[in-house]
Amino acid sequence: MSTLLSKKSRQVLLGPLSKNNPITIQVLGICSALAVTAKLEPALVMGISVTIIVAFSNIIVSLVRNTIPNRIRIIVQLVVVAALVTIVSEILKAFAYDVSVQLSVYVGLIITNCILMGRLEAFAMSNSPWESFLDGLGNGFGYAIILIIVSFFRELFGSGTLLGYNIIPQSFFNVGYMNNGLMMMPPMALILVACIIWVHRAKNKELQEK
Amino acid sequence: MDMNALRNFMDKIKPYFEKGGKLEKLHSVYDGFETFLFVPTTTAPKYGSHIHDPVDTKRTMSTVIVALVPALLFGMYNVGYQHYLAIGQDVNFWTEFLFGFLAVLPYIVVSYAVGLGIEFIGAQIKGEEIQEGFLVTGFLIPLIIPINTPLWMVAVATAFAVIFAKEVFGGTGMNIFNVALVARAFLFFGYPTHMSGDSVWIRTGTALGFGGGNVVDAFSGATPLGQIATASTSVPHITDTFGHSLGFWDGFVGLIPGSVGETSIIAIMLGAFVLLITEVASWKTMLSVFFGGALMGIVFNLFGPDTAAAHFPWYNHLVFGGFAFGAVFMATDPVTSARTEKGKWIYGLLIGCLAIIIRVLNPGYAEGMMLAILLMNIFAPLIDFYVVDANVKKRISRAQKSIQ
Repeated sequence: MSTLLSKKSRQVLLGPLSKNNPITIQVLGICSALAVTAKLEPALVMGISVTIIVAFSNIIVSLVRNTIPNRIRIIVQLVVVAALVTIVSEILKAFAYDVSVQLSVYVGLIITNCILMGRLEAFAMSNSPWESFLDGLGNGFGYAIILIIVSFFRELFGSGTLLGYNIIPQSFFNVGYMNNGLMMMPPMALILVACIIWVHRAKNKELQEK
Repeated sequence: MDMNALRNFMDKIKPYFEKGGKLEKLHSVYDGFETFLFVPTTTAPKYGSHIHDPVDTKRTMSTVIVALVPALLFGMYNVGYQHYLAIGQDVNFWTEFLFGFLAVLPYIVVSYAVGLGIEFIGAQIKGEEIQEGFLVTGFLIPLIIPINTPLWMVAVATAFAVIFAKEVFGGTGMNIFNVALVARAFLFFGYPTHMSGDSVWIRTGTALGFGGGNVVDAFSGATPLGQIATASTSVPHITDTFGHSLGFWDGFVGLIPGSVGETSIIAIMLGAFVLLITEVASWKTMLSVFFGGALMGIVFNLFGPDTAAAHFPWYNHLVFGGFAFGAVFMATDPVTSARTEKGKWIYGLLIGCLAIIIRVLNPGYAEGMMLAILLMNIFAPLIDFYVVDANVKKRISRAQKSIQ
């Protein structure tokens, strides 16, 4: 087990979950974090899709990294990502059509997700396939966690549901409680991400900029 | 209790709050109340720069509160007046005022309790003095909301505004947006059904168990601007709650449905008078907002599309809705408005223009004042930057000419 996950590998896998989180620390992938987090379900699917695509494109690019001419490396990376995105998109359309409709263009736009190009350029181009895979998984999970937290609060307070099930009891609504319409608007996702960053940095003092 | 007794009382309890006292932790609370009641006795040291003026931030804030009192009192009366009109009861002035007082009071209590509560907690955590900024904000919030807003919504909106519009920016004097307007915007976008429409502007139920009755037939609670925004024809005809036509002077007096403090131009003018003679608010900002609104109103009257909102006479735009209230009490907020003298003209003019543009061109928003002021809050620093920059360039070129 210790050989399977060396200290460095563990760092590569778990770092992006907190201290090197792609959204809250590197501030990448914000656009899709705003767009797909009104409900928990699309956010979950988006998180899983991005995780799979980052992990496997990291492996593929890492495998061919020594044969890619430097001047066309971005194009090669894009081809790899586009192929994977197309596969994931087709699978979603076949097996989870409703969710793929909700995600609409944002599945296709994973190609332009800054996290992907960031990981390929910064990690996969200079590391072994196994470590690149772990790095992809870690960053995908780090992205997914933030999406899940944001969409949890947005769906709970914006629609009163979670994964489509009613959570806030009808008796609350009877005495005057109302869902907050602001939660369904993208600006609230930005404010929630800011709150996560606030809590995160308050707990990890070394992350605070001077 | 006269002032001396109050002073003696404050002096008597002071030791408890000083270092080593029993209530040492509440020092900032004591300090906040003491400086609210009395001008601080501390004098400037013998060195350094001195400011010979006892008008500190708390005195400025108290002046604004005094200026808001006419709008509050008239708002209370109008709430009662509209209530008894709607349920068809003929009662005397004091009954109407009492109803309005009981209807508005809970909002003031909730607004101050939540806002000051957060400020007190924040000050204790940071170990700082309590900032006085919420004094005015807490007074403004009840005046700019419909009288039927649920209290818990006001509490949530106030908490949101104080934390996200003020505390995260560094507290009083550091905020980019007008805090009271952020609270209103939160309500407006979060709970739109409680902030617009025909049934939110007049309290037809009871106020703390007082009043209440059945609404009479032929009653409609839409505000004049609401009627304009939803008009089916292009004739800008506005009526009161029983279908009688309304004109400029009805808007000026203000016995019409609307947010609590916004309806009466007379009450707002009294406030404006207080703000201007004490020089707390800038007459340039105030005047230019009205000027911008009038200008844009005239443009739409002459060249606008064939809609009721565009045909609504420009002078009516200035007296109906929250335009005057926003111009006098919100646009002039010294923290969020432009600070350069030339900038104040530009800032006010654009607020006036934008408010009317939103009213006329976006039927979804019957009132544009809130959005116009919040939008211009963002641009105030930019306006100031270019005013200063232009001045620097002008002086440089003058200096270069004198060298040649």
